[in-house]
Amino acid sequence: MRVAVVGVGYSGFNANTPDLNWKEITLEAAARAYDDAGINPRKDVDSIVTCAEDIWEGFAIFDEFVPDQLGGVLKPTCTVCADFLFGIATAYMQIKSELADIAVVEAHSKASDILTFGETIKFAMDPIWLREIGSAHPYYFAALEMSQYINECCITEEQIAEVVVKNKNNALKNSSAPYGSKVTVEDVLNSPMVFDPMRKIEIAPRADGAIVFVLANEDVAKDLTDTPIWVKGVGWWSETSNYDTMSFNAVYAYKAAKMAYKLAGITNPAKEVDIAEVDDRFAFKEFQHLEALQLSKRFETGTLMREGYFAKDGELPVNLSGGSLGIGNLLEATGGQKALEVVLQLRGLAGRRQVEAETGVAQAWRYIPTASGAVAVFGV
Amino acid sequence: MSVGKKDISCPPEAPGTPLKDSDIAEKKVTYVEDHPDIRYAWTAGQAISRFLNELKKGKLIATKCNKCRRILFPPRMFCELCYKPIDDWVYVKDTGTVQTFSISYIDPDAKPLEKPVIVAVIAVDGASKNMAFMHVLGEVEPEKVYIGMKVKAVWKPEEEREGSVTDIKYWKPIEG
Amino acid sequence: MEVERVSGLKFHKKQDVAIVGAGMTTFKRRLNETGKELSFLAIKQALEEADMDLSDIEMVVMGSAPDAFDGLHMKGEYLLDGSGGSDRPYMRVFVGGGTGVFAPIAGYWHVASGLADVCLVVCEEKMSSCMPHPQSAFKYIWDPILDRPLAPNLIWIFALEMNRYMHVHNIKHEDIALVSVKNKANALDHPCAQLAEKITVEDVLNSEPMALPVRRLDVSPPSDGAAALIMVAPHIARQVTDNPVWVTGVGWALDTTMWTNRDLYFPRYVAEAAKMAYRMAHITDPRKEIDVAEPYDPFDYKELHHMEGLGLAKKGEAPILTREGVTARDGDLPCSPSGGLLGVGNPIAATMGVKAGELYWQLAYRAGKRQVAKEVTTGVCQAWGDLMQVGTVMVMSNKR
Repeated sequence: MRVAVVGVGYSGFNANTPDLNWKEITLEAAARAYDDAGINPRKDVDSIVTCAEDIWEGFAIFDEFVPDQLGGVLKPTCTVCADFLFGIATAYMQIKSELADIAVVEAHSKASDILTFGETIKFAMDPIWLREIGSAHPYYFAALEMSQYINECCITEEQIAEVVVKNKNNALKNSSAPYGSKVTVEDVLNSPMVFDPMRKIEIAPRADGAIVFVLANEDVAKDLTDTPIWVKGVGWWSETSNYDTMSFNAVYAYKAAKMAYKLAGITNPAKEVDIAEVDDRFAFKEFQHLEALQLSKRFETGTLMREGYFAKDGELPVNLSGGSLGIGNLLEATGGQKALEVVLQLRGLAGRRQVEAETGVAQAWRYIPTASGAVAVFGV
Repeated sequence: MSVGKKDISCPPEAPGTPLKDSDIAEKKVTYVEDHPDIRYAWTAGQAISRFLNELKKGKLIATKCNKCRRILFPPRMFCELCYKPIDDWVYVKDTGTVQTFSISYIDPDAKPLEKPVIVAVIAVDGASKNMAFMHVLGEVEPEKVYIGMKVKAVWKPEEEREGSVTDIKYWKPIEG
Repeated sequence: MEVERVSGLKFHKKQDVAIVGAGMTTFKRRLNETGKELSFLAIKQALEEADMDLSDIEMVVMGSAPDAFDGLHMKGEYLLDGSGGSDRPYMRVFVGGGTGVFAPIAGYWHVASGLADVCLVVCEEKMSSCMPHPQSAFKYIWDPILDRPLAPNLIWIFALEMNRYMHVHNIKHEDIALVSVKNKANALDHPCAQLAEKITVEDVLNSEPMALPVRRLDVSPPSDGAAALIMVAPHIARQVTDNPVWVTGVGWALDTTMWTNRDLYFPRYVAEAAKMAYRMAHITDPRKEIDVAEPYDPFDYKELHHMEGLGLAKKGEAPILTREGVTARDGDLPCSPSGGLLGVGNPIAATMGVKAGELYWQLAYRAGKRQVAKEVTTGVCQAWGDLMQVGTVMVMSNKR
């Protein structure tokens, strides 16, 4: 029995939403998703999964504020403290366990409500070993990883710049991407070096938005829609919580992808996957994740990027939506944005960004200072 | 292995080392202190913004759903049972009935209060059944409060109101 | 013990789920161990019972209450190595106080979906890290605009609910206090108990008023602690034991955020969750078919409130059952034979050890002195959380 995505809805994405609170953006995304799926949430939905972390929202027990705007009053609703793709995995498991026929996954980002973003990330660091080291913004953690990675794999700063150029230019074709711009490699290399070797333009700025997916089991999906997008595989993995023993090679993405590919029956990802949306909230991460997802070989990714292998008209388009560099850091909804683009592409609803694709991969990481991530494989 | 064996006492032991408050105060154990500074500014959204503005004017406002015909208080932009946007705004009275109450002797940090606070859930007149919200009672002895008591809001003077639920100082019993 | 595993992910069919091991640490107001160490101790005990190794575990589910207590953001990520989640698929679930029974439910769907054959469920709580008192972290559960300006205390919502319950059914505080007396006495037989003692109804009625009608001995204390469960697929259960305890039904439900718009005398969220779980377990008359129950009892009146929500008593009848001794350990429907949260302690998510863990031990006849007098086949455990919103229910049975 397979699991399919029968409806998607989203609200955003914007740098700031001063007029709407998070309940309202979630309501908008949910209303669109239910309309897309053609269901009445009060009658048809069996389970709702929210992906949220308390401290991003500013409440203790965020679960309390979830049900009303999703139509979940007195329904099985729960919170998974992880990225949207973990939520997809949860909904997948719930449907497979026959606990639900229709399951809804939701995530949102109201990053503009957080006044002290750096302090919030710092709050996630080990209080005894890491938190009090230095007074710089915690982005330096990613820079440390970047430094080791580009040295190990001999990646030049021009190659990193290509990622920024590709994604930000792709974002120009995405009407919901607030950070698209026509940059060149030279513009990137002129951007200030804020955390050597990381430049300011390589860091995805924050954004607000909400994404809701409706998943259903095979029989219900065939009743509801002519174009179900099958969730072929899900995978998630955590390496460790200790920053000093992390692999710095995105092993979490590698193992999560392995699990997802196995479920999907994919043996040669580089050939069988048509499009990919990988987590690029720091530009160098796109390289790491592409290699971890086995979409390109180590030491070759830089050259392939230069040659346009991952561009819209290339062999394996990556981050057609503009990625997080073009859309913004959506916190826990980042995986949702990736999955959203893959689903829209597979349905043929991606407008000017459309390419031909039958199998797509969405991947997300749980941001600094973690080494956990999830992958989902979608197919027609 | 003990799984499968019956009549054994589980859990077999209770690992863990208890500490006393004095162990921390006298620094008998090593610890690390942190005082994080994390601040948020939540956008109130459309319904609550109007609610707060009306409070400033000394009025209570609710919203109406024409499908289930409930008058929803505190107001919200959508009816959570019908899952549709609300249809209208409606003023409600500043009198109500006590649905339940409690007499609190502790403050939010679990420290004792000198004078107890009487908190109550008050169903507001003019809204649908059970459309209540939480507030405090005043000008009444704790022993005299009962469920079903009719109360009226006592507002702050206009110049002191700031658009918050505390613009109502407390609710007091209606005589008679 | 080498557990022979069928290689490859079995993802093509739904499978039943059994519990083969449980463990918990002591529950005390303040423990020296860190959150990671507490999880480790609980997991060690559970693995020893099941005679398994960490390498046998395929996936890990973690449950833990608000991050504010530990003083960490993304605390699921921080605690993952102590929870056995290193180098494994690991997920943290959270539904406020209902996590104690919700984490095993999440463990259930990890195995039932076929994605894992052996899943470790661990819950940990370190409330003492929050200074000056864990209560302070509960300031942030309230709606920032409607509730927080009134400086509310968590005890308020319980007091408001208790008052409403007492008023609608005309129940006296004396009858409610019987629950506190029963549970604290039951806890004397639990090695991990924090507040086990023999008290009387007068002690409860004379204890310090917190937010009337709630008094100090009506309340369970904040605690540190951890608990773990091991959930496996049938072919693994068969290798490990002849008498596994099966999870026959799960259910959970979340009510509206606007708790002031509800009549608080009946926990309809528990009733909805129980409906879902009983349907799955093919139970039509819970009062007759349930042999032992572990309802969530952070306050004494809550046990009664939840018994009615679970269908174990008619509305307003639960205090009568307690008064008549039906819910005692040697009664017809023992409730909280472990001593519950009132006696053993309330480390929010780690109450899994006292609810799901205890039910498992009772059905496996391994609860020692706490074992109930009657023969047991089916039991139900339940947790509650948020602003009077979440009900999570799990039904277990030792017969398949």
